Formats: sequence, structure tokens, C-alpha cells
Amino acid sequence: MSSQSSTIPRLPSAIRILARPLPLPVLAMVMNRLARQMVRRHPSLFARLGTHAGKCFQIDPVDLPFVFHVFPVPDAPRITLHRRGRVRPWDGRIAGSLAALIGMVHGAYDGDALFFSRDIALEGDTAAVLALRNAIDDSELDLFEEFLAAFGPVGRYVKPGMLPLLGQLQKRTGVALRRAEFTS
Amino acid sequence: MTMLELVCPAGTPASLRAAVGAGADTVYCGFADETNARNFPGLNFSREEMAAGIEYAHERGAKVLVAINTFPQAGNEVLWHRAVADAHTIGVDAVILADIGLLAHTAKHHASLRRHLSVQAAAANPDVINFYAEEFGVKRVVLPRVLSVPEIAAINREIDTETEVFVFGGLCVMEEGRCSLSSYATGQSPNMNGVCSPASHVVYEQSGGELVSKLGEFTIDKVGQDAPAPYPTLCKGCFSAGARTGHVFEDAISLDAATLIPQMAKAGVTALKIEGRQRSRAYVAAVVRSFRQAVEACAAGQPIPPSALANLSEGQDNTVGAYRKTWR
Repeated sequence: MSSQSSTIPRLPSAIRILARPLPLPVLAMVMNRLARQMVRRHPSLFARLGTHAGKCFQIDPVDLPFVFHVFPVPDAPRITLHRRGRVRPWDGRIAGSLAALIGMVHGAYDGDALFFSRDIALEGDTAAVLALRNAIDDSELDLFEEFLAAFGPVGRYVKPGMLPLLGQLQKRTGVALRRAEFTS
Repeated sequence: MTMLELVCPAGTPASLRAAVGAGADTVYCGFADETNARNFPGLNFSREEMAAGIEYAHERGAKVLVAINTFPQAGNEVLWHRAVADAHTIGVDAVILADIGLLAHTAKHHASLRRHLSVQAAAANPDVINFYAEEFGVKRVVLPRVLSVPEIAAINREIDTETEVFVFGGLCVMEEGRCSLSSYATGQSPNMNGVCSPASHVVYEQSGGELVSKLGEFTIDKVGQDAPAPYPTLCKGCFSAGARTGHVFEDAISLDAATLIPQMAKAGVTALKIEGRQRSRAYVAAVVRSFRQAVEACAAGQPIPPSALANLSEGQDNTVGAYRKTWR
């Protein structure tokens, strides 16, 4: 995938409308389970953050009606979700389309290139945001694998059946739904 | 034609693997401290990561170089001495050094460790390169990005040292290893602290679609909603000087010298260097893959395939820089 703006899709407004009533506490519960699991599966991600691990990062997918606040403390990582417009304090902020943010996590897009092309915007503590970006890039995360791992043996059982569906979904939406090294 | 060596950046172990996988002959890295010129948050290698990276690269036939290319601070030279000693112990293929004192230390205490001269040493003529080779046993020099291709050829005719030239990535103003712009604004520099425009001193503000970049106390750029965002370096800043407002030092644009690879080979260059240890593994994989194709095409006497890397570049545009001097 390239990092040209024209190739990065945006969520259709219908999905944005459908996402509005989602129960954020339930989503937060799932996200926190994933975060705790990531401490076990990717300890170097948290180590790379160094002193920045104690900070609050606002991850703002601009085509969703809510934002994520990530507190990547290794002992007790926490993610909270907030409706757009309800301002909470944060140290560093990364904003961009959901597809750009997921693509960056999956190594499909280069963060600096997304910044040059204005597909993402950074604010606040630039050093903290840079540390987070570099730590995530080094961890070679695959969010699909993380999600499956959270379900233990059940995840391993359903994986073969889900892979073709995910591949089709990636092809149709243009969103990098898997780690770039798995799809290139 | 000779196959030129492709020297590729890695700021993290994942990028090292990406570089090797994409066809790097050699990967260059740094330790996670002030001893290298990309001392950025969340970047670089612990000793254990470096050892693992070297093992990974060597198993796949690639070499690993370690950049220890900042200038040791008085009273704290031990940090740099330890970096050289650890690089030697770990088994790196060469160290990339800039400081004369550190070169002397390395030549004396680690004679069997291959020594390359960093671009930070700004060695741009045969006399100084021969001096480094004779006095400190330097085997390769990374040429500063101030030379035209005929000048590089002229240098190669008068030296026995291998030369390595940048072919892609960020461009510095013509004062490599001597630039004090970052120090002026932040008190920290790439030369002493390994950071140009340290992120801790950078602030971005979104203001009505405009992106405002600040470094220390200085507003260094404002770009409109659809304009490409530049790096927050003073050399790429937009300033008013007299009646003129613009990029006084340097345009926000990156180097891409892929089309000049055959000329570089004819000029006697040994290795081509890609800049970007601060970039992601996506950048590393894409750029290395593109240049792998280019060096192989050059070696086979075929035309260089067109590059499609502008979207990865600062300013979303590229130049061949000083290699083909056409500017004022």
C-alpha cells in the first residue's frame, strides 16, 4: 500500500451514524482486555515508551464519533472511550481516519509520510507521540491476531474460517486489516 | 557494471528485519543513547537487540554497521568508548565514526574493528580522506551531500578508501557535522546530542486548517490545509528576510538520486546509502525494495526503473540535490 491520501479510505457516513449508539463502556472493557494482553505479548512495546508510558495519548479516528484515551502504563494499561466533543485532558494526540491509523499500526503506511500528506495530525507532547509511534511500529502488531488471542483456544479454532473473510473485507474496503508483512 | 552495495537504515529491530527482507546488503543502526545522530524517543537498539539483529542479518548474508557518529562530550567520553567496545564485542561489521578522538581511540583499542567515516565528519576532498585513512585506518568514507558527481569521481581517482553516497532521504544544509541551527533554538544538536530539532522542543498547532510548527520559542512554519507538512527543522523553515518570505535555507524536499546510480557506479562509488533511521518499517521496506531493483538494473546494464517514492518524501517531492548542481 502507498501512503497517498487518495488511497486511504474513510468510513462511510452510514457506519459513523451506526457507531453513535455503541455502548462505550462495553467497548472499553474489550479494549482493556486487549491492552492487558498486549503487555504480556509485547513487553518491548511498553519498554520502548520509557518515561512516556505514564502519559495519556488521545487517539482520534476522525471518522468515528468517539475518541480513545490510552494510558500505556505497563503494570496497569488502561483505555477509555469518550464521545467526541466531551473534552478530557491528554498529553499527546494523534488524529486521522480510522484506516490511516490502523494502516500505521499494521506497517502499511509510514507515519512521517502520513504527516507530510496531512493524513494524520499530531498535537501536544511531540516526544511522547513519537515514542508511541516508534514503539508500536517495532512491535509488528496485528490487531486481528491480538483479538483472536484474547479468546484463547476459541480464537485459534475460528481463525482459519475468518482469514478468507478478512482478506475479502480488506480487498473491498482498502483498509489494511492485517499486518503488512502478512499481506505483501 | 559492478553491483553497488545497498546500505539501509534501521531505527528498530523490526525495521532491520524489513530492510534485510527487502534486499539490503548492509543495515546501519544505533544504540539507544546520545552516541548516534538519530537519538529520538522510542528509537534505536539495546545491546541485546543489536546482538539479535546482527545474528538475524548475518544468517541472511547481510552486514550490520553501528553509527557512533556524534561527538563525545567532555567529561563523558566513556559513553562513546563503551559504545565502540560493545559494538566490537557484539560483532558488528563496522562502526561509523565522526570524531577524530574517537577514531584514534578505536584505532588504538579496537584495531580489528572496521572503521567507516560518518558524513558528520564532512570529509569532502582527497586530502582529508587520505588523512583519515592513513592516520586512523578508515576503510570507507560517507561523502557529504555537497558534491556533484564529477567531484565524487575526482575524489575517487585520488583515494584508495571506499566511498558511500546518499541516494535517498532527508537532506541537510551544507554544513553536516557543523550545523548549529538546532542548538541555537533548543540547546541540543545532532552533533552533540544526536537530535536535530528534538521532539521535546517541537509543538504542532492546528489553527483553522493551518498547521503551525514551532521549535523552541520560534514559529518556523505555517502551511495551509492542503499543503504538505515539512519536518520541524530550522533549515526547512519558512522565514521573512528583507522583502522575501520563503525557505531561506533549504526547500522542504528530499533526495532521490536513483536515476544517477549508473553515474555513481562510473564515478567509482562502492555503496549507496538510504537515509531514514527515524522512519517506519513501511518506509524502509518500500525504499529498499525500490533501490534493490535499481541497483540490479544498473548492474545488468538496464535502465533504472522509475521511482514511485515521492509520497514517502518530505515535501512529497524529490531532488537530485548537489549531485547535479543547477541552483544559485
